[in-house]
Amino acid sequence: MKPAAFTYHAPTTVDETVALLAQYAPEDGRILAGGQSLVPTMAFRLAKPPHLIDINNVEGLDAISTAGDVIAIGARVRHAAFHEQVCACPTGALLTKVVAKIAHLPIRLRGTFCGSVAHADPASEWCAVAATMDATMVAKSSGGERLIPAADYFEGVMSTALAEDELLAEVRIPKLPMDAKVGFQEFSRRAGDFAIAMAVVCYREVDGRIADARVGLGGAEDRPRRITEAEAALNGQAAGPAAFDAAADAASRAVDPMEDAQNTADYRRDLVRAMVRRALDDAAKG
Amino acid sequence: MADKVEISLNINGRDYSATVEPRKTLADVIRDDCHQTGTHLGCEHGVCGACTVLIDGEPVRSCLMFGIQAQGKKIRTVEGLADGDRLHPLQQAFTDNHALQCGYCTPGFLMLATGVLEANPDIGDEELNDALASNLCRCTGYQNIIKAVREARDKMKSA
Amino acid sequence: MATQRNDMLGHLGDSVNRLEDPPLISGRARFVGDVNFPDQLHMRVVRSPIAHGLIKGIDIAAAKALPGVVAVWTSDDIADIPPIDFREGSNPQLALFRQYALARERVRYVGDPVAAVFAEDAYIAEDAAELVELDLEPLPVLVNADDPPQDFKDGQTTEAAVVEQGYGDIEKSFAEAYKIVEVDVKVGRHSGVPLECRGSVGRYDAARDVLEMHGAAKVPHRNRETLCRMLNRPASGVHLYEGHTGGGFGIRGELYPEDVLVCVAAMRLDRPVKWIEDRQEHLTAANQSRQQRHKIRAAVAEDGEVVAIDDELWLDQGGYIRTHGTRVANMTTGTLPGPYRIPNYRSVCHFCLTNKTPAATYRSPGRFESTFVRERLMDAIAEEMGMSRLAVRRRNLIALEEMPWGRDLDVLGDSVEHDPGDYEGLLDKTLEAYGYDAIEKELAERRANGELVGAGVSMFFEKSGLGPTDGSKIYVDVTGHVEVVTGGASIGQGFETAMAQIAAETLGTDYRRIKVVHGRTDRIEYGVGAHASRATVLTGTAVYETALQVRAKALDMAADLLQTPADRLTITDGVVHPEGNPSGPSVTLGEVAEALAPASKARGKRDPFLMGEAFFHIDHQTYPYGLHIAVVKVDPDTGGVDIERYIIGYDIGRAINPAMVDGQLVGGLAQGIGGTLFEEFAYDADGQPLAVTFADYLMPTLQELPKPEILLTEDFPSIRTPLGIKGAGEAGITGASAAIASAIDAAIGVPGAVTQTPVTPQRLKKILDARG
Repeated sequence: MKPAAFTYHAPTTVDETVALLAQYAPEDGRILAGGQSLVPTMAFRLAKPPHLIDINNVEGLDAISTAGDVIAIGARVRHAAFHEQVCACPTGALLTKVVAKIAHLPIRLRGTFCGSVAHADPASEWCAVAATMDATMVAKSSGGERLIPAADYFEGVMSTALAEDELLAEVRIPKLPMDAKVGFQEFSRRAGDFAIAMAVVCYREVDGRIADARVGLGGAEDRPRRITEAEAALNGQAAGPAAFDAAADAASRAVDPMEDAQNTADYRRDLVRAMVRRALDDAAKG
Repeated sequence: MADKVEISLNINGRDYSATVEPRKTLADVIRDDCHQTGTHLGCEHGVCGACTVLIDGEPVRSCLMFGIQAQGKKIRTVEGLADGDRLHPLQQAFTDNHALQCGYCTPGFLMLATGVLEANPDIGDEELNDALASNLCRCTGYQNIIKAVREARDKMKSA
Repeated sequence: MATQRNDMLGHLGDSVNRLEDPPLISGRARFVGDVNFPDQLHMRVVRSPIAHGLIKGIDIAAAKALPGVVAVWTSDDIADIPPIDFREGSNPQLALFRQYALARERVRYVGDPVAAVFAEDAYIAEDAAELVELDLEPLPVLVNADDPPQDFKDGQTTEAAVVEQGYGDIEKSFAEAYKIVEVDVKVGRHSGVPLECRGSVGRYDAARDVLEMHGAAKVPHRNRETLCRMLNRPASGVHLYEGHTGGGFGIRGELYPEDVLVCVAAMRLDRPVKWIEDRQEHLTAANQSRQQRHKIRAAVAEDGEVVAIDDELWLDQGGYIRTHGTRVANMTTGTLPGPYRIPNYRSVCHFCLTNKTPAATYRSPGRFESTFVRERLMDAIAEEMGMSRLAVRRRNLIALEEMPWGRDLDVLGDSVEHDPGDYEGLLDKTLEAYGYDAIEKELAERRANGELVGAGVSMFFEKSGLGPTDGSKIYVDVTGHVEVVTGGASIGQGFETAMAQIAAETLGTDYRRIKVVHGRTDRIEYGVGAHASRATVLTGTAVYETALQVRAKALDMAADLLQTPADRLTITDGVVHPEGNPSGPSVTLGEVAEALAPASKARGKRDPFLMGEAFFHIDHQTYPYGLHIAVVKVDPDTGGVDIERYIIGYDIGRAINPAMVDGQLVGGLAQGIGGTLFEEFAYDADGQPLAVTFADYLMPTLQELPKPEILLTEDFPSIRTPLGIKGAGEAGITGASAAIASAIDAAIGVPGAVTQTPVTPQRLKKILDARG
């Protein structure tokens, strides 16, 4: 399990990075950020990029900005940056809730938020958050910068709207209103494993009724997405078991689950119901 | 084969230079080129944690980094834990509590625990369990590892 | 567990720190990956990507042309090397099914070695291996051992053997039965998966005409014998060296194709050859284990007595028969009756090859499987008879006054003869110690409140101390330090410490003055290594016998030196002194050794040196026994199982180092839980393995494991060994799947629900859904 040979590039500026990408992406040159997904793939020789462009020395990519109405996360921000709440707002609380479920500590210390979003594993927690919160992906290339909304970004299993010569330079997550409640739940076989299904939820209560509900799923389908049927089952209802059950059932009916050797579609559907239900409980707990 | 490049690594305070292909993992460079074989490989795909070393104080999996990426960083491995003949409190706690059997995972656990305790000397039991669940041990069933790390934590705090 | 007492001399029963630890905690150990020789080559094995096929051609040209590649071999290059033989000697009936170091004519599983690349470094070797082109013509794939057999070769079918054991009158018992209870259960395929992958380094020293293999483990002496026969070399010209070993569990240290390849290559290429397995290879190439399906029925009398058991099973052996032959079949059929009387018994094992990785032993081979099957049957009997699960067991346990209890069953060439032990007594003691009645009461209340919680008990007997014999040598030097040379092996279980403690106690010295040699064919002529929980029992007793001899010699010499009769002397902390008078006239063991030096006048007519050599022969294996109790909670929404509590009761006879025994039990249990709930080598219909990474082969982390509560008793020291020692290596795993399965049944209120391991959440959810 030794990776195939590659030429190593270590740019120090974004301009240099996108110039290298423009040059080498056509022959499968890749960005190396945390390496926690790419390097295992290379060890199995499932990926044999002839060029690696290491962005660990690029200046200006390691910032989290919380000014204004978004949390903007730079390309080299590690998962572990969210162990402490980065913003005293529900979105910040959600990110801290979620990060605890991402793999294990050494992976979180090295792997990056944007790397996960660029890799787009269907079971990625950050992808589920990005989809549920309607994040905006900032793609940079030698041709300039482009903003991609989450709804257009995720295209399938490890497939996104990023062009091969684009660097995912930043992800911007809109801040939820201060009265939003957030919840997250996932189910995996062991601590730290990729989840078989997960749910990200949030809602507000206006006059005792749920408003602005968001229900997003990860791990169940080939890409993360919001489940509008489940959100509709929540909006206008009183927060509580009846509405939560209805939303969980709606989500379970609405999904088109992936199947694999271990997991049938029915099993994933059952997990979706359970995770949505528990995530809503988690949110209600505050 | 790509051209080899000359790199320099600082391991346990000592500088090593090596001429390696960029594709050579940090774990392999530490073991083959710097001859520090205490760092072990258990899976080479980032799951088992046997190759855990500290990079600038943080526990990372050395099979998921390339040697060339570790230049200019402070690398610490199990060989650097003891102070001469005096064992590190974690090493002492591991032997006192039978926290190892075959010992293959032990360097990874020691470095993981060192990184965790140095960053958070007051870490609670639950959070400690969460951190220690990062690595796999196939012999002990973990109970004595937990016991040893808690004991070392308490001793290091009172020291 | 006893607390740490590091000032102790390390005598029997002391939970002292292990002698093994200092290099292991400081990064100075020498595992096989750490062994390097100047000018060494690195080997990479090219493996079959399909489960069954004809080898039409192998194109090595591109691989050979790669700079840094020294040689590329296919089976044609080693046509003179015979297949790997069985550890216990040749067996004409099974000979056809043996594996060659490189596949000939056909490949029989994904991972079957077909070519070997030798290159200047491991990276280049892997590059070159990718360039080897295989032309394979697919053949029909057999993935289930209970499907109809296919042609293996030369008219022989894949049902390589039928292993049958039994006694009594099965037909009559079933004809007269009050009730017949039947279950059909499956044990999943999993294995030891040590954290260190395999590896071996071959080196031919032309100066001495010695072929060395480094990285040996478990059974170095047996493997030397096999290698000598295969390579037609004298024993003095082949030596195996065991360094540190990163876990054994039965799978590490058998003689595998890669071991043969590095040895042959080292001689023919005239350079040292190093092979280090990677994890993906390990999960398809190293021995797998366990997979069996049993259709088993019991003839039960009106009072719950199990009058007879009739069992038919299919054992999934995989692509070839490796070094163990039919050992697992033998142990399964030989131990299935367990701790119960079962006056009539028959078990017929269809030992079937399939197109999967070859199978062999894994910690508690045959007993993990048969305990699951038997205890599932006992639970089914309880249900059918309207008895409690414990009552059925009590009705059938062999009673203390019936011991020793012999059975006409063969386990590893030894007829089963239970050591005296109080099976029901240990059950009572354990239930009492942990308040089992209260546990059941609390669980019933929680169930009434809607929780899916339950407890299960499994009972088993173990076997340990596989004979027939083992020996050791002990040498005391003039500094009073002691070397104990054994033919044992250290695979992480604390072998050195255990041997040192036995020698220390017997010789009257500090265990820290003792160095234990193991795994070295150049230091002792005989050794059977570390397997079958035999090391402490058999090698330990040999060390005891040898130490007695050395002690007698020391006292005899000291009697002269101190002018005191030997029978009035004793030895404490390395000093010989008059009994009851530690401050009286004394000599150290070093001084005694000096007096026994060849040129010493004091020696008289005694043989030179303070040394000894002795063998210990055992008539029967020892049969320790125990029980497991699991308390689980099932998540109705996900099918997940949380083990809330786990209790083990075990009679060890006599513990050398209780902390190490505890470690064996806790560690064994972790693997047992892994095999029961998480780990599985699944294959698809084409024989493609589905668990080839650590993201698919799920070994438990600490978050999935309970902290077990252990009642270790020393009530019945073995009558087979002078120290009363019984083994501990396997008892933590043996009862795990049986207890957990029973607890899950109880939790979900469906007796007999669990019929298959591992009980994955996916499978359990299906059971829950069917329950409605």
